[in-house]
Amino acid sequence: MYGWTGKILRVNLTEGTLKTEPLNKKDAEMYIGARGLGTKIFMDEVNSKVDPFSGENKLIFMTGPLTGTLAACPGRYEVVTKAPLTGTIGASNSGGHFGPELKFAGYDGIIIEGKSDKPVYLFIDNDKFELKDASHLWGKNVHETTDMLTEENGEEYKVSCIGPAGEKLVLFATVMNDKNRAAGRSGLGAVMGSKKLKAVVVKGTKSVKVAKPEEFITASKDARKKLKDHPVTGGGLPTYGTEVLVNILNESGALPTKNWEESNFKEADKTGGEALTNSYLIRNKGCFGCSIGCGRITKTPEGIFEGFGEGPEYEAGWSYGADCEVDNLAAICKANFICNELGLDPITMGSTIACAMEMYEKDILSKEELGRELPFGDAEGIVEFTRQTGLREGFGDVMALGSYRMAEKYGHPELSMSVKKQEMPAYDGRGAQGMGLEYATSNRGGCHVRGYLTSPEILGIPEKIDPLVTDNKAAWLKTFQDLTSVVDSAGICLFTTFAIGLPEISEMLRTAIGWDKTDEETLQLGERIWNLERKFNIENGFSKKDDTLPDRLLKEPVKKGPAKGKVVELDTMLKEYYKLRGWDENGIPTEEKLNELGIK
Amino acid sequence: MISPEKCIGCRTCELICSFNKEQEFNPKNSAVSVIIYDEAAISVPMMCMHCEDPACMKVCSVSAISKDKDGNILIDRDKCIGCKLCVSACPFGNISVHTETKKVIKCDLCGGEPKCAEWCPTGAIEYKDGSSINLTKKKQIAERFKEVFGEVPK
Repeated sequence: MYGWTGKILRVNLTEGTLKTEPLNKKDAEMYIGARGLGTKIFMDEVNSKVDPFSGENKLIFMTGPLTGTLAACPGRYEVVTKAPLTGTIGASNSGGHFGPELKFAGYDGIIIEGKSDKPVYLFIDNDKFELKDASHLWGKNVHETTDMLTEENGEEYKVSCIGPAGEKLVLFATVMNDKNRAAGRSGLGAVMGSKKLKAVVVKGTKSVKVAKPEEFITASKDARKKLKDHPVTGGGLPTYGTEVLVNILNESGALPTKNWEESNFKEADKTGGEALTNSYLIRNKGCFGCSIGCGRITKTPEGIFEGFGEGPEYEAGWSYGADCEVDNLAAICKANFICNELGLDPITMGSTIACAMEMYEKDILSKEELGRELPFGDAEGIVEFTRQTGLREGFGDVMALGSYRMAEKYGHPELSMSVKKQEMPAYDGRGAQGMGLEYATSNRGGCHVRGYLTSPEILGIPEKIDPLVTDNKAAWLKTFQDLTSVVDSAGICLFTTFAIGLPEISEMLRTAIGWDKTDEETLQLGERIWNLERKFNIENGFSKKDDTLPDRLLKEPVKKGPAKGKVVELDTMLKEYYKLRGWDENGIPTEEKLNELGIK
Repeated sequence: MISPEKCIGCRTCELICSFNKEQEFNPKNSAVSVIIYDEAAISVPMMCMHCEDPACMKVCSVSAISKDKDGNILIDRDKCIGCKLCVSACPFGNISVHTETKKVIKCDLCGGEPKCAEWCPTGAIEYKDGSSINLTKKKQIAERFKEVFGEVPK
């Protein structure tokens, strides 16, 4: 086999058994790898109604056929399970070096079943694998755990693990690899914690092979040149990191501010990529095989916000910054460092604090309940509640449920800026209508990376479309969602799609795997993956009623700026979207559509 | 020439190096290795320095290592018996052992057009003549003198 290694490791934590099995090639050819293939395996083996924290839920780590090759940005792997935050399919991918190392050890993926009685970690060294005791690691943060594991096994091992947040079942706990890279959304780390699996440690010395080496290198070289020459992937991202978006979104009037009450943050400039570059940035960092280098190694100075680590990324900088009206960049960095150390999703964390700030200012949450005051703009508050949540101390125990369950507990679910109980990040759908449709229809709830319409609506890539109108947004979104499914499943970074598109990605897949699928057939793989995920959610009772947005976006017009007077005109777009998807009026994929795509 | 301050730790050099020799991707069989120091926030690409007086060549008992007319130190894989004496002798640790064939791996400058330098996305690895590196560094220091003591041009 080329691209894929052809081997899966199956681990049963209840029985303590481990075995390898061949990759099902037919499934791989239909679902590519990583997100798509992980979801296919998961749905074949697990009852969709499973309780995310039960032993019957499985946790799948899956690489793609381009992971570990020289393709453009080939460092990614996907974690797939049923998500505790949303109850939808849970799939999050991450960069760094862990995914490729798993491939070099000879595995396309790992299927983890059951539950362990005591903390364990999975050790993999090529063909040797075993479960080892992790009692001494339980309670340790992500950085400590990673250091202890490389100390006891060797520095060449790569580590994917959970922090205290995952152990304590915080509903938006992350799976962290290479210390600061996260499979971040929907609480996959909590599922790992529920299984008492602290970490996966891997080292490999095998080769990853591609079918047509010379043609593959030509395709990769072409893709990399396009990345280098593009103003975003060769300019904005390496120079300022993803935080470059703060000022751009603010100027577009689409930077959600003060728990989405406003769409413009007057102090945005203090929290953006330019400010970060001129203050706490130490050096740029790339994931495995990356030619962009958007990662930021940062250090904040002595004082209450002192710290060292990576980030923040744009969406984390936004959630703690504009959304909480905090303009102290050191505090934002510090809160983000704590997320990485304790294993928390900073998008949901910052948004949950912003929601609590609104509840506090509206006298729904009291100082006594919170244990302190929490007005908007409280820089110390964002740091303190992030810490409390990761450790489930004080009011952090309530915040650990995410903003929806927290606000619902006090009778005000409408104050949670979430879709399917997952918080929407950093792009106001009222100022970018297509993003509104994207949030409503994403298969994992509020999410920006399942079809990034910010690219055409705000950045003008591949062409500029009017962000304030609904025309054609359904068609744009369908294409972007299908393409993103391909990208995630191939094992490469979504950021490549600023500079390259379907032709380049299909060509890398063709030459790596050796199949002859046309560009159109490749995109249809993405459509199949999208519909499979949708099927899982439908089986869990999701439908049109859930493909919606918080009232604030549907009923409260933007007060000022370029999007003044706008709400998200969701109904119009949604109707068109269902039709284009071949789904019925209730958003259910028709039998005909599923048959056409070969989904049973 | 390596510039660790430009290195983002992506290891693209390891991928292209292993591919160029084997047509497969395997960082463990690369002649260049990136050493990543998380806490110090720096990554250093390491590869053969092509010494003027190479310890590896002196210690090789089957004369598999030689110096070509340009001063590049090369290993003849056919002659190599995999004894690994050169691995021990190299003062920099820049010779490694192939994971499967067990023969040694060392940079051969890809016949004068090193792929690692060509593919490095940030210019952290460049292929330059030794004397020009020297001149560049001299100029950097001279520049500082110029800044401190030089007159502002009218």
